[in-house]
Order: sequence, then structure tokens, then C-alpha cells
Amino acid sequence: MATYKPLAVQAIPKFGDAIAQDTLYWRGYKTPVQIKEFGAVNKIDFSPVSPYNYAVTASSRIHIYGHYSQEPIKTFSRFKDAAYCATYRDDGNLLVAGSEEGSIRLFDLSGRAPLRQFDGPTKAVHVVGFLSDKYRIFSGGDDYSSDLWDIPSGRKIISYHEHTDYVRCGCANKVHAGVFITGSYDHTVKLFDARTKNSVMTIEHGQPVESVLLFPSGGLLVSAGGRYVKVWDILKGGQLLVSLKNHHKTVTCLCLNSSGQRLLSGSLDRHVKIYSTTSYKVVHSFNYATSILSLALSPEDETIVVGMTNGVLNIKHRKPEERKENSEKKRQPAYRTHVKGKTCTPKREDFCASKPVKNILRKYDRLLKSFQSSKALDAVLEPTIRLHTPEVTVAVMQELHCRGTLRSALAGRDEKQIDLLLTFVSRRVIEPRFTSILVTVADMITDIYQPVVGHSAVVDRQFLKLHEAIGKEIDYQEELLEVLGMMDTLFATFAKKTVTYLEDNKSNGLTETIQTNTT
Amino acid sequence: MVAPALRVVRCGGSSLHGARLVFSADSKYLLCASGDFVKMYSVATEETLRLMGGHADLVTGIQLNPHNHMQLYSSSLDGTIKLWDFMDGIPIKTFTVGSKLMALYTIASCEDSVFVVIPKRDERDTFQLVSVKLTKAAGQDLEAKEWSVILDDVDASTKCTAFGREGIYVASVKECNLQVYFFKQKELNRFSVRAVKKKSGNNQFTCVVCHPKEDCIATGHADGKIRLWYVNFHHKKEYTYSTLHWHHDTVMDLAFSVEGTSLLSGGVESVLVLWRNESGCQKDFLPRLGSAIEYISMASDGTLCCTLHTDNRITIINSNLRFAKSIQGLIKSVNVKTGLVVDPRTKALVLNGEPGHLQFYCLQSDQQLFSLDIVQRQYIHQAGLNQTDLVKVAFSAQGKWLATVEEGEVAEPELQLKLWFYDEETQSFKLNTRINMPHEDHITDMCFRDMDGLEDDSLILVTTGRDCVFKVWVMVEDTDPEAQQSVSWSCDFVGSYHNYQAMSCCFSEDGSLLAVSFEETVTVWDSITWDLKCTFCHPPGKIRNICFGRLTSSKYLIGATDHGFLCCWNLLSCALEWSAHLNISVLQPDPLSEYIAAVSWLSKESSLFVFKPNEPRPVYIQRNLCRERIQLAAFIPRDEPETVGSEKYLWLQRSQLFFLTDTQELLTLSTKSLQERLTLSSKQLAVEEGLHATPFSLLLGKHRQLQSQEDTDLGKILVHNKCEQDSPAVKELMQTPAHVLPSASFLCPIFINSLLFSKENKSVEEVADEVEMESEKTEDDSDEERGVTEIEQGDTSPMELLGEITCKLSKSQEKELRKIRKINYSWILAF
Repeated sequence: MATYKPLAVQAIPKFGDAIAQDTLYWRGYKTPVQIKEFGAVNKIDFSPVSPYNYAVTASSRIHIYGHYSQEPIKTFSRFKDAAYCATYRDDGNLLVAGSEEGSIRLFDLSGRAPLRQFDGPTKAVHVVGFLSDKYRIFSGGDDYSSDLWDIPSGRKIISYHEHTDYVRCGCANKVHAGVFITGSYDHTVKLFDARTKNSVMTIEHGQPVESVLLFPSGGLLVSAGGRYVKVWDILKGGQLLVSLKNHHKTVTCLCLNSSGQRLLSGSLDRHVKIYSTTSYKVVHSFNYATSILSLALSPEDETIVVGMTNGVLNIKHRKPEERKENSEKKRQPAYRTHVKGKTCTPKREDFCASKPVKNILRKYDRLLKSFQSSKALDAVLEPTIRLHTPEVTVAVMQELHCRGTLRSALAGRDEKQIDLLLTFVSRRVIEPRFTSILVTVADMITDIYQPVVGHSAVVDRQFLKLHEAIGKEIDYQEELLEVLGMMDTLFATFAKKTVTYLEDNKSNGLTETIQTNTT
Repeated sequence: MVAPALRVVRCGGSSLHGARLVFSADSKYLLCASGDFVKMYSVATEETLRLMGGHADLVTGIQLNPHNHMQLYSSSLDGTIKLWDFMDGIPIKTFTVGSKLMALYTIASCEDSVFVVIPKRDERDTFQLVSVKLTKAAGQDLEAKEWSVILDDVDASTKCTAFGREGIYVASVKECNLQVYFFKQKELNRFSVRAVKKKSGNNQFTCVVCHPKEDCIATGHADGKIRLWYVNFHHKKEYTYSTLHWHHDTVMDLAFSVEGTSLLSGGVESVLVLWRNESGCQKDFLPRLGSAIEYISMASDGTLCCTLHTDNRITIINSNLRFAKSIQGLIKSVNVKTGLVVDPRTKALVLNGEPGHLQFYCLQSDQQLFSLDIVQRQYIHQAGLNQTDLVKVAFSAQGKWLATVEEGEVAEPELQLKLWFYDEETQSFKLNTRINMPHEDHITDMCFRDMDGLEDDSLILVTTGRDCVFKVWVMVEDTDPEAQQSVSWSCDFVGSYHNYQAMSCCFSEDGSLLAVSFEETVTVWDSITWDLKCTFCHPPGKIRNICFGRLTSSKYLIGATDHGFLCCWNLLSCALEWSAHLNISVLQPDPLSEYIAAVSWLSKESSLFVFKPNEPRPVYIQRNLCRERIQLAAFIPRDEPETVGSEKYLWLQRSQLFFLTDTQELLTLSTKSLQERLTLSSKQLAVEEGLHATPFSLLLGKHRQLQSQEDTDLGKILVHNKCEQDSPAVKELMQTPAHVLPSASFLCPIFINSLLFSKENKSVEEVADEVEMESEKTEDDSDEERGVTEIEQGDTSPMELLGEITCKLSKSQEKELRKIRKINYSWILAF
């Protein structure tokens, strides 16, 4: 036997961004902390070990910030000119940085003076980094070369002069010790292996490469340059996997989140976009005040740090997870007796006698079930439903219309209620999904309350408003039709002439019939 | 060998509205008039136990014999009253009255007469209540010409006359008059209510019942009121009545409880109302019974009551007004708009059921398998409301997808196309996509591209609409891998032809071509590029139906036009191959062969033509298929090909043809002769010796059946030997007296073990194969007659295997049992 079926409210697919898990996740950051640096922030690097300090390279200084401190806990400032690309080693003990004057300096985090200074490049070194064996450093600079340095001896191991323009970015392979890549303004990304004399692979990005990134597995390479972010499959010989064009200015920095599931890109257009690495769709994006030069994400995604061209460092911390407070509540004895026996899990041989599920109906459903049309309509004209879920109100009206009781539900109302009804109708009647039923409702209201027009100023005003709303809508529709007509003529001229032999074929059947009939 | 003629067999859906249902005296069986038959249901298991046929026309009344509760009187429009022994299903006597019998009543105080309503001689539409004397002479067929008129001018309906307590008086209502006749005083009292005509209806009488203990008559009225008349029947002018009013529409039937303490009423609202006392302030409801209540009947012991609904469903209700069971065969819907569709998965017939539901009807067991709620909205049982209902249904080739269209019309047509996905886990259809307003106007036809091989990616749905377009819907995969639903449906192509309304569509067998008929023209489209390939037309008249030929004749396209032409076009030459002058109302291709069945409606009779598209001469013609107009037809694939006697019936080999008439009776064609059917049904009755067909008794029945079969089968000695000791465990279990049996917990493992298959028994199985073949054939025969009388038979072959295997398995256990038996016996003897 059937139970009462609650009213089905037509859900309309929501246009625009649906609130996805991602949105919720990336929204879960506090309001940013801003720190003013001395110049454009060209690199931010998180220490890979706890407490996850981060090194910020701006102008001629390298600041080390702690997790929540707004003052640097350490500063390296022995650069004559701008410092570049301060990068932590995997164990978080050493830091290497390039500089405008061409030297590469290696710092111990506990000391102040550089441990080593690698001299050799004649021009600015924009990119430095440790290889994953910890004893070698790669660098790239404005002298078009990519070099490899030995830390213990402090000497250059090998130098590749393959790029034909400034080398501006690089990245070491985390899995294979001798492998690193550099990207250059000559539009290429080159893959080097320390064991060989020449580059192993060259990838044509197409624009000056601003940033490169290797996936933790080392199989995928992401390059950013111009407005494009491109993902390449190294294992397939540098095949282009996907090309993303979601920024409208040069993409300056790339970053992966801790799980490797999301790719972040920052750009001069003041946006940080977050892509899913499975679908390469933008799942979220952040807005910043000025153009972004550098970007880093702490392990566990606890902090997003963004450096801007105007020297502002923007730090966002994650909100602490909301704890469920149920566990902390004191259990009262009454509750315990109430719960008694409910926690029992049935064993396999037990017979389960289920209690009939009591389905709780909404108020309007209860009223509809007992055929109280007027009250049901009253129930859905309550402000909470009327304002937030107008589709419920309209669905009830539709249902009442189906039952043939809409007129009696609308009739017999006082001034206040008519005012309310008319406000609702005149506001919603222009929404296409509600139009058909609300036109009927408006019709009925005018029909029913026509005799009392002129008795109440409030109702009269509402009628005028309704009139105005409908008039506007008609004008709008007319305009739309005009546009449609114009477009039709345009399309008609573009469309090919359809084949005309169809017409001839039409008589075919007829003649055949005659033939068969006569034979 | 002369092939037996095809017979039209009714297999379900006949109207049950002839008469009130009757409970047997012990309330275990329910008897009802079903078309020309009397059906007996078991109250406990809801199965049809017996079908008693013999009347030549509609059965209009059934009543238990008040002097023998094992006997039943039935009356029919063919003018006979039959006396049945319903426990054995044997007609005892037939009394011929000679004129149409509209209703039948029996009362205990009349020894040898029954009361019937017959039409008055020489006057149309006037009826009289007469008492017919049933002679006690020997012989089966008797004349019952001796009758006397009791009341003149009564209503023909069986609800409009009722007999008072102990048969003292009879009350009858017609229009606005109530007449009461006292048998002893021979006095007739007439009362009338003032005729009031209102917008909501009039106050004419619709039904009458008498209080079983007091002088009280309850009458139902067309305006929803119930009047209780307390009449001082001995003084003509004095009468008082009280009114009970809850129903907003006609009161369809009333029933007093056995003691008369409460009154049940039902009507169009499909709510059963229980009035506790006469003031009407205390009442209970049993709402949402599915459809309008036609009859209410009470069991004689008062524990149960049942309602018969307009859609041929019987609901059994406990005395505390709780829904207990429902017996539902083919649910009669107001209008079968969906056509007859076959579910590829269950081979069930799918059509409109309850309003807004899709019923899956099992042909084998004449039962509803399940009912799928498509519209998912509350249905208001009220006349004159135009509520959303299901109009079109289509299944994909393997039953994985179901497409439904529902239509409602309030202000403007409201359409919804829903696509349902078969969920293996829950074993039911799950809504996947809902499309609002797929077309601007009514959808006329819908079909899936039926391709068995590559179902998933190439699945295409085509809908045609009166808005002059056809639309192609395809599955699109959601590109976002994190989305919940991976596929949904969206429109891929919209085609139109000269602004003609698209009427029907059909895919060719290989799915490469789509034919869409636009009024007078058939257009053929390439299903990959959606190019218009060619057009056909047969000018006078619009195209009604189209279908492609199959297998060897897949190059033909068949179309039927409004002006009575059946045309066959050749797709290769794009020319008309042949045409025939036939007014085709139903065109149905067989999905498994190249035959096409066409049903025509000419001069008030339906005729069936079966033809192959490649030859204009029909393979088979049957004129005068049935009295009613055939509305729909469907080929149901057989589980295994049937052996048919003659060439003529080759088309019945692979599938069976079913028809639905406009009175919603389901018919089929059978090659089996009538005798075969009878023997089969009597065989089945042997199983029903026990009261209820429990799984256990069925199992025993199988064993017995098998044994008797083996006994006759002398040729197979080997197997015979094996089966002499057919499941000894069970035998022992049955033979040992109950009081000496060990505890059930001890017997249970033995019994269960006897049901298991053993691994070392392979050789026996192989031997048994031969026997199986034999038995399968007989099974097959009974399959043919399914749905007519039989109780559910199920697939018996595993059962039979079982019997053979058990014999070996349980030898040790047999010994054990014997031991126990011996011990126990000695123990008893000692006393």
C-alpha cells in the first residue's frame, strides 16, 4: 500500500560554479597576513622539514620566516645586489641562492656567513637548486649556461651551453640524482643528465619559459611561459599532454600541492589558479591585489605564501578544523538509558525486526495531505520559503492548480495577504521556470479581486507593479525576438543550400503504387 | 498429421467486476467472478487456485449455498445458474432459467429457491427481482422455469438490492426510490428522497445493504452521503434516517460488519472508511488503496474484509483496518498509452499500471512482478482532474536503460522525459536523467537504437513529437572524474521535414538507418551522419505505423496508413515492393524472426495477418480473432523454441503473440488443443490436495510427480532403480509418526543434507540427463498454458535433479533414522 508521496519540487540545474569539494577546501584559509619586503619577491621556498620555515628572496636579502611569525627569524643580507632563488636542501639544513653579481652562495641555516661561494658565472644567476643526492648544485643564469657544481670541493663539474637565451628557471629530478631541467627565454626546456655531455631532451614550449616543475614521480613536466601552462610526458619522449590557457597574462610561477593532486599557477594577471591534475580543469582560483611573481604552498597545504611585484608577501594560513563537540559533551544518565541497546550490532544469525521508518513531512506537505489548500498556500508564503526557496512556493501553487483548488486557495484573503501574494508574483513572474504557473496565478488573483480594486491603496500599488513588471518583460521579449530574427537572416545566408532532389523522390512511392495496382 | 487449429486463449486481465467477492466459510479462499469464469484465490498465498469455467457469458453473481458451505451458486448473462463444488472445481448442477441473469442472491431461510434479477419481458432496461425455484431432480442439466416475481422495476446492479436479517425483507433502490418488501406480510413499502441536483452530483441511490441484526438499512448515494434508515417497517409512513457524510463523490459500496457494529464504505477516493457508530463522529480510514473501490465484502467470521477495485485488484484487509495483502493480476489502467512493451531482462510485459506507475506483469504466473513509480507524485483520486500520467515507454536492447515520457496538462502540456538506469545492486531502475519539456508538444513515439553487441557507447534514443521535429538523445559522459554520476543524456540532433508532425520512428535491425514518419511521408535517415537518405509516401492517408523487416528481409520497410493500406518499400531500390488494402490497427514485428503480425479492424471484428515482408501473401490469416477490438499486441520471446506441428505455424516457433483488447483482456494464440489443457490442469490439482502450497509441500509434490512419472517410464530401468528409493530421508521423515520423531533440530541437518548436490554423484547426473529431457518436454507443454489456471510452477528441473541425488546421499542417514525409529517403537510398545 502506498504512502503519501511528498510534493516533488522541481530542481533546476544551477548554472555557474557548483560548490565542489575543492571550493570548500581552498576557501578554508584565514584572511591573509601581508608583509612588506624591500623589493619584488622572486622566490619563496618552504623548508621540507618541520617547523616548515620558509625562505623569501626579495631584493638583496633572504628572509627566513617561521610559521606564524611576521618578523623574519633570520636574514641573509650579504649580497651586493639582488639575490635570487634561495632554495632549501632536502634535509632543511642548507640554503643556496644565486645573485645578480654572478656568484652562488651556500648558507648553513645556523650560521650567518656563507659556507661556500661558487664563483664563475659572469652574469646574474637566476636559478639555483640542489640535486637530489644533496652534494651537487645546479644553476642557470643570464650567461645562457646551465652549470653543475660540487659542494664539497666547491668546483664546477660540468657546464652546458645549450640555451640561446637567459636561463630563468630549473628544477631537479627527485628520483634520479643526476637529472635536472632548466627553462630559458629561448622558448625551450632542456633536460640534462650529469652523466652526459649534452642535453638529453629539448622541449619546445613556444613562449619564454618562466617556470618549470617536475612531478614527484619525475615523469611529468610542467612548464609555464607566456599565458600557457603546458604539461609534458617525459617518459613518452616529451610529448605534450595538455596545454592550459587560463591566465590572461604571463604565468610566472608554478607549484604543486602536498598530495600532488592539484597544480597551482600564479600569474601577472593577479590570479592563482588551481588545477586538478587528473582532469586539468581549473577547480578554484584566488585573487590577489597585484601581479604575482612567486608562490609556495607549505606541506599539508597549511599555508599559501604569494609574493608580488610590489614586494608584498601575502600569507594565508589554513583555518583549524572544526572539532566535533559531541564527544566532549558530558553524557547524562538519561541519555545513556535512552541509548541502551541501540549500539548493539546484529550478529549474523540474528533476525532484525525493523521499526517502520517514520518519514517526517514538511508543513505544506502535511497540509496538502489533508487537502487544506488555503493553509498549504499560507505555509509556503512564509518568508523563509518565499524568499529562499521560491521553487517550493511555485511547486505548491502548481500542485494546487493540478488539484483544481488553486482558485479557492487564493480567494478570501485580506489586504496584507494579497499584498504579499502580489509582491511574490510580480517579482517572480519574469523567471522563465515560474512563468507559466505564475501567469495563471496572476490571472486568478486579478479575476478574484477585481471587485475590490480601488478599495486599498496597498493592493492597487501592487497591481500597478505587476502591470509594470509584465510590461517590461514583454518589451524585453520583443527585443529578443528582434535579435533572433536578425540572427536567423544571418544564419540563412551562411547555410548551404540543401539538396533539392528530395522533392523529386517524393512522387516515387505514388507512381509505384499505381503500377502495382494496375498489374 | 493434421495440424490443430490455433485457438485464442485468454491469459489474464479479465474484469473481476461481475459480482461482489465471496469468502469461503472458513475464510481461507476467496471466490470471484472473472469474465466468464469463477476464480478461486487462496487468501494466505494470494495464488489463483482454481478457475471454474462453463458459463458462456459474463458471470454476474456468485453466492455460497447457504445450506452447504462447500457449494457455490453462480449466475451468468447466458441465463444459467450453476452449482459448483468449489473445493474440487466440479460443476454439480446447471439450472437454465432462460433469460439474462443480472444478479444473484441466496438466503438461508429459503430452502430451495434463489433470487435473481432478470430483465422484464418486452421492456427494455427494466428489471425485476424474481425468486427461482431450483428443482431437486437428479441429473446435471435442469430447467428452472418456475419463478415468481417479487419486486418490479429494480436496478440491474447487484449492489442495488439487499436482503434483510434472516431474510424477512428485501430492500432495493433505484434512482431516488427505496422499496422494501416483506415476505411474510407480502407488503411493499416505498420511500423516496427528494431529488436534488447539485454541481457536485445528485443524491440518487447507488447501493444498499441491510443490517445483519437490526431493522436498519444503509444506502449510499451519488453525492457521497450514506443514509441509515431506521424504519418502523410495519407502519408505512413513519421512517427516520440519519446521514453520514464523508465521501465527496459517489459511494460505490457499503458493507456492515458481521455483528453490524460498524459499517464500511468505499468510493472513488479509494479510501476505505470504517464508521464505528451511527453518529458518524467516530470513523477510521484506510487511505490510498490505489484506485476506486468497486465492491466491499466481509468474511463470515469477520476477521477479514476485502475490497475489489476498479483496476481489478483485490485488497485483503484485516479486521483492525490494516492492509494485509493484495491480489493483483494485470492491473487495468484507464488508458494503456504506453503500448505493450517487453522487458528484455525479465521477459515481463510492461504497460501502464496504477496511475503514474509502470507495471511489470509476469505472464507465467499471472501476477504483477512489480510496479515502478515513474511520476513520483501523489495521485488524487477525483474525477475530472487531469493529472500527470505515463504515456511512452522504451527499453534498450538488454534492458539496461528505460526511457519514459510522462504528460500532464494543466495550463499547457507539461512533458518529462526520464531515463532510468538498471541498478544491479538494488535490482531496480534508478533515475538517471530527467528532461523537462523535451518537445514543445506531445511526444508521439520513442525508440532506442537496438544494438545488442555494442550497447554502451552507441546507445541512442529517438523521440518524435507533434512539434514537427524528432530529437536524437545520446549519452554524454561527464568529463569531471570527481562527479557523482558518470553519464547523463542530452540532445544531439534535431531533425524535421517540411514542418510536418513526426508520428512514429523505428530503427533498422543493424541500427544504421532511422525511419521517421512525418504525416504522409516516411523519411529514412542515416543514423551516423543524420543525413536524410530517402523518403517514401503513399499519398492518401497519414502513416500510422512503420517498422523495418528483420533478418533476411531487412531491406524492407513496412508502413501502414490511415486509409487502409499496408505498404512495403524496398530500401535498396527505393521503390514500393507491394501494397495491400488493409485497415491495420496494430503492426508488430517479431524481434526474433522475420515475421510481422498485423491486426486489422474491419466490420466489427479483428483479424490477424502474419506475413513476411519479402512476400505479399500472408503466411497466416485468422479472421474474427475476438469480439473486442484489439488495441495492442506484442511478441514475447519463448525461452526455448517450440516444436510446431505444421509449416503454417512456424511463426509461433520463436515467440508467442499476445494481444490486449480494449477491455484490457490479454489474449494469446496457442496450438495446443483444449483436451491437453484440461488434463494438464487436472494434474496440477493433485498438488493442491494440501491446503496451502508452501515451498515444502511443493517440494514433496515434485517428488511425487517424479515418482509417478518414473513408474510409467518402464524403459529406463537404470533410473527406475535409482528412484525407487527416492529421497529416503524425506520418506522416512513423512512416514514416522510425529510423536516418535526426534527433535526437529536433529532432523533438520538430515533434511537439508538431502537437498544438497554431491560431488561424487556425477555419473548419476549424466544418466539422469535422459530423463530430464523427457520431463522438460512435458514441462514445456505446461508452460504454454501458463497463466490460465496454473499456480506458479517455476523451473522444476533443478528440483528433479535434486530428487535423484538425494537417494545416494542419505543412505547413512537413512540407517540412522531407521535406528531411531526402531528404538522409539520398542519404547512405545513397552507401555
